Amino acid sequence: MLETTIRNKLAQKDILLMTHIVIGYPNLDTSFEVVRTMVEAGVDLMELQIPFSEPMADGSVILKANQDALATGITVDQCFDFAQQVARDYQIPFLFMTYYNILFKYGVEAFAERMAECGLCGAIVPDLPPEEADEYLAAMNRHGLAPIFIFAPNTGETRMRQIAAHGSGFIYCMARKGVTGLQTDFSQQLGGHLAHCRAATELPLALGFGVKDHDDVQFIKGKADIAVVGSEAIRVLDSQGVAAVGDLIRSLR
Amino acid sequence: MNRTLRDIPLPDIKGYFGEYGGSFIPDVLQKVMDEITEAYLEIKQDKSFQQELQSLYRNYVGRPSALFHARNLSNKIGGAQIYLKREDLNHTGAHKINHCLGEALLAKRMGKEILIAETGAGQHGVALATAAALVGLKCHIYMGVVDIAKERPNVTRMKILGARVVPVTRGTQTLKDAVDAAFEAYLEDPVRQIYAIGSVVGPHPFPMMVRDFQQIIGIEAREQFQEMTGRLPDNLVACVGGGSNAIGLFSAFLDDRSVSMYGVEPSGRGLYAGQHAATLTLGTPGILHGFRSYMLQDDAGEPLPVYSVASGLDYPGVGPQHSLLKDLERVNYVTAGDKETIDAFFELSRVEGIIPALESCHAVSYAMGLAAKLASDQTILVNLSGRGDKDIDFVMENYGKDYCPE
Repeated sequence: MLETTIRNKLAQKDILLMTHIVIGYPNLDTSFEVVRTMVEAGVDLMELQIPFSEPMADGSVILKANQDALATGITVDQCFDFAQQVARDYQIPFLFMTYYNILFKYGVEAFAERMAECGLCGAIVPDLPPEEADEYLAAMNRHGLAPIFIFAPNTGETRMRQIAAHGSGFIYCMARKGVTGLQTDFSQQLGGHLAHCRAATELPLALGFGVKDHDDVQFIKGKADIAVVGSEAIRVLDSQGVAAVGDLIRSLR
Repeated sequence: MNRTLRDIPLPDIKGYFGEYGGSFIPDVLQKVMDEITEAYLEIKQDKSFQQELQSLYRNYVGRPSALFHARNLSNKIGGAQIYLKREDLNHTGAHKINHCLGEALLAKRMGKEILIAETGAGQHGVALATAAALVGLKCHIYMGVVDIAKERPNVTRMKILGARVVPVTRGTQTLKDAVDAAFEAYLEDPVRQIYAIGSVVGPHPFPMMVRDFQQIIGIEAREQFQEMTGRLPDNLVACVGGGSNAIGLFSAFLDDRSVSMYGVEPSGRGLYAGQHAATLTLGTPGILHGFRSYMLQDDAGEPLPVYSVASGLDYPGVGPQHSLLKDLERVNYVTAGDKETIDAFFELSRVEGIIPALESCHAVSYAMGLAAKLASDQTILVNLSGRGDKDIDFVMENYGKDYCPE
């Protein structure tokens, strides 16, 4: 169970790190290298994004990575193979992140079944609200996978409780409105939001959207359980290469 | 066919038209969609709102728009009688003003400050910029740079009206990408802004709300046609991109079994990948831009590139109610290509003195073909959804030498 794995890790560390890659960006070989580098630098869990051309919740950095990966001709099958390979090679939990049409078109049950076969632990599907998720939730439960849901900054407490009732593993809290990869103000207000999130669920909390450096991660300690770094890792990969991604990860905690 | 329209809510409380529609969006937007739904359902019942809107339709838009019997065209073809519902005569030159005024008034009542939207041909953008100016709201319009280059006059109009036109350089730089960019901007500030979606697409309540605002077309046309001819039209024809003008016309006739309906999609340069935008003709169900409907997609679920000579039809999705009407076989979804569309553009201009928008030309073209197959006592009501002033430079540059020899 993903939640148990997270709790066990939290017994040893005061904050966990979750990183993100777009599978196939800039190519599959580099994606393997980035995962290896991130794992060796000590990340605790990883999101593997299956590229989609309309990534509604993502900002320009991840959008471009999605579109560039698609331009290489990468397929959903290759993404499964990739996930299977890294899940076999490394002993951290891997999650899929993608948009609902990818699952819908593949067949939700078949998708979940193959996720389980590949050794994945869960999925984040930001455009699938729990109200529309009956089939998805049933399939994920059947295969022992964690459906990760999202708390937005404007999600009220009643709604948070409804969402949390459907989720497992952890809850992904957005640090601000908008899309991934933009400036976030790590302030008292955000602390207050996380306190509300904490009050609404027993599940571990991850915080993402704009987390980029040591100071941000220090701020999150004690308020959430997992710091999520996405766009920043792609920025560093683009500008300084794979090795620098390792340096970034090591600098965070 | 087991189901009929009478058994199916249009839509149900979650925004479903049969299995199409719904709301597939991040939670940060779901909250504001719920607020919009609530506010809309309230004003729908509010007499003062409806009176204000009807008064604007009459005194500002110039409604009711005329119904015109295109005798010259009908006689020339020698078949069925063609009638044109003249939405091109509306203020701003297209049907889009009908829902833009509704959306702008709603935004004002909700205390929003900025209307944002995507636009393809620029018709929705101009209409929204107009409505924003009228009700006193800011307006940001997202438009692909390909469309900006093609639709200069509308870009100029939006700027004159005080709107900010935001060029979209991502992806194919057309309507689909403008939708993505507008969604992204909306996610940043869903409190001060409201996304006034430009067609009967997107998450609930937009397919319902925009349809409701556009129903005025069909309600007027039904009455006008009966007054003019003493009966109902035998056939309705309208172009379908997202499908707002078509659903506006069709809605008033759905229960009239004697009325056949045709939604005309663009087959562009031909029905092969990337060369058309015939979503209902060749698409499959999927989820894009927050709703479930037919869409043009590959095996993996990626939306396919689309093309039409008419920017306003250049979209890989379609309104969910159309998807239901297709499955129920209540509406026939058919196609017209670039060539026939341009023929229709010049034919209507020269035979009736009406320059139609390239979008609407798809409907005119199909109606001309249909008329030729029918007897002269049969009737076809075409929704002439917009005027063609915006298209004249593009058409002359690309097709002028074929149609206008020196």
